[in-house]
Amino acid sequence: MAKFTRKGKGGTPAISTASLPDIVFMLLFFFMVSTVMRETELKISQKLPEASEVKKLAKKSLVSYIYVGVPHSQLQDQYGTEPHIQLNDALVTLKEIKPFIISERESRDEAEVPFMTTSLKVDEKTKMGIITDIKQELRKSQALKLNYSTRRVERK
Amino acid sequence: MARRELGEISAGSMADIAFLLLIFFLVTTTMDVDTGIPRKLPPILDNIEDPPPIRERNVHIVLINRFNQLAVEGQLAQISNLREEIKEFIKNPSSKDNLSEGVPLSKKLEKAIREGNTKKATKYKQALKIFGNMRISKGVVSLQNDRSTEYGMYIKVQNELFAAFNDLKDELATAKLGKKYEDLSEDEQKLVRLVYPLSISEAEPRNVGGNK
Repeated sequence: MAKFTRKGKGGTPAISTASLPDIVFMLLFFFMVSTVMRETELKISQKLPEASEVKKLAKKSLVSYIYVGVPHSQLQDQYGTEPHIQLNDALVTLKEIKPFIISERESRDEAEVPFMTTSLKVDEKTKMGIITDIKQELRKSQALKLNYSTRRVERK
Repeated sequence: MARRELGEISAGSMADIAFLLLIFFLVTTTMDVDTGIPRKLPPILDNIEDPPPIRERNVHIVLINRFNQLAVEGQLAQISNLREEIKEFIKNPSSKDNLSEGVPLSKKLEKAIREGNTKKATKYKQALKIFGNMRISKGVVSLQNDRSTEYGMYIKVQNELFAAFNDLKDELATAKLGKKYEDLSEDEQKLVRLVYPLSISEAEPRNVGGNK
C-alpha cells in the first residue's frame, strides 16, 4: 500500500481550464439554436389539426401569422367563449386583418412582397365560418399565398 | 487515515463531454418548424364575367355539411375512400362517361403552336418526349363547405385531396423517371405538374342550412 500512502507536497493542483472554451461555445451554440426571436404569446388555446401532405414553410421572415381559437379561460370574462382572431399580441376583429396585412407588407422589402405568405394557425374545433371570412379579407387585401398550419403525421 | 496526493485532473476528455452534450441538445431541441398545407387563394375579380363553361362531368363536387359529413357527387361518402375516388376521377382509366374528360398531350401541343404560344409549346414538347402521349385531365375538384363545418374536418378533406394529386404525381414520376416526385429536379417537377395540375376549386362561401 506504499504507493497510495506516499505523502505528496500537499495543496491543490490547478484545474486545467483548457476545456472552458469548449463549454462556452457549447452553451453559445445551444442558445443560438434554440432561441426563437420574439415569440408571440398566445391568448387563445388551440390544437392544430393533423395532416400528412405538408410542406415546410420556407422563409420564416416572410410569414405573417393569424391565430384563431377560443380565448384562454382567464380571458373569457372579457372576450367570451367564441373563437377569436389574434394578430401579434392582440385579439382583434375581422376588420383589422386588412390593415395588418398592409403594414406587414410595408415592413418588407418590395422585391420580397410576392413571396409573402399568411399562415393560418387555427384550432381544429373552430367553425369554418370565421375562416371563410378571414380568407375573404385576405383576398381583398391581395394576400393570396396561404398556408394552413398543421401538425405533421405519417401518411396512412 | 493516509492522505492521498491530488493528481492533475486530466482535461483531455472534457471536450468529448462538451461535444456529447452539444449533440444531445441539438438533437433533442425541437425548433418550432412550421409545417402546413400551402394553398393559393383566387384573386377577387371586379367584373364577374361568365366563367368558362365546364361540362358537368368534369366537375367533381366534394361537399362537407354542417354535421361534418362528406358527400361526393351528391352521394354520402367516407373520407377513407376519398383519395382513391379522386384519383379515379382524374385519371378515368376505364373512360367512364361520368368521370373527367381528357385531352392528349399532342393535341395540347398542336393548340399551343396554333396559338403561337412558343413557351407553352416547348414545355408540351418536352413533356411529350418524357411521358409519351399522356392524357391530361380536364377534371376539376370543387370543394364546398358550410359555415358550420369544423376546421379539423375541412383540413382532413383538403389533406386527402392533396394526397390524391401527390399520389398521381408520384405514380407518373416513378413510372417514367424512376424517382419520386419530391426527388425530381425543379424542371422535371414542372413537367409533371403540367400533366397533373392541382385542380382544386373552392366555391364562394355560402351558408347551407341554418346560421352559425
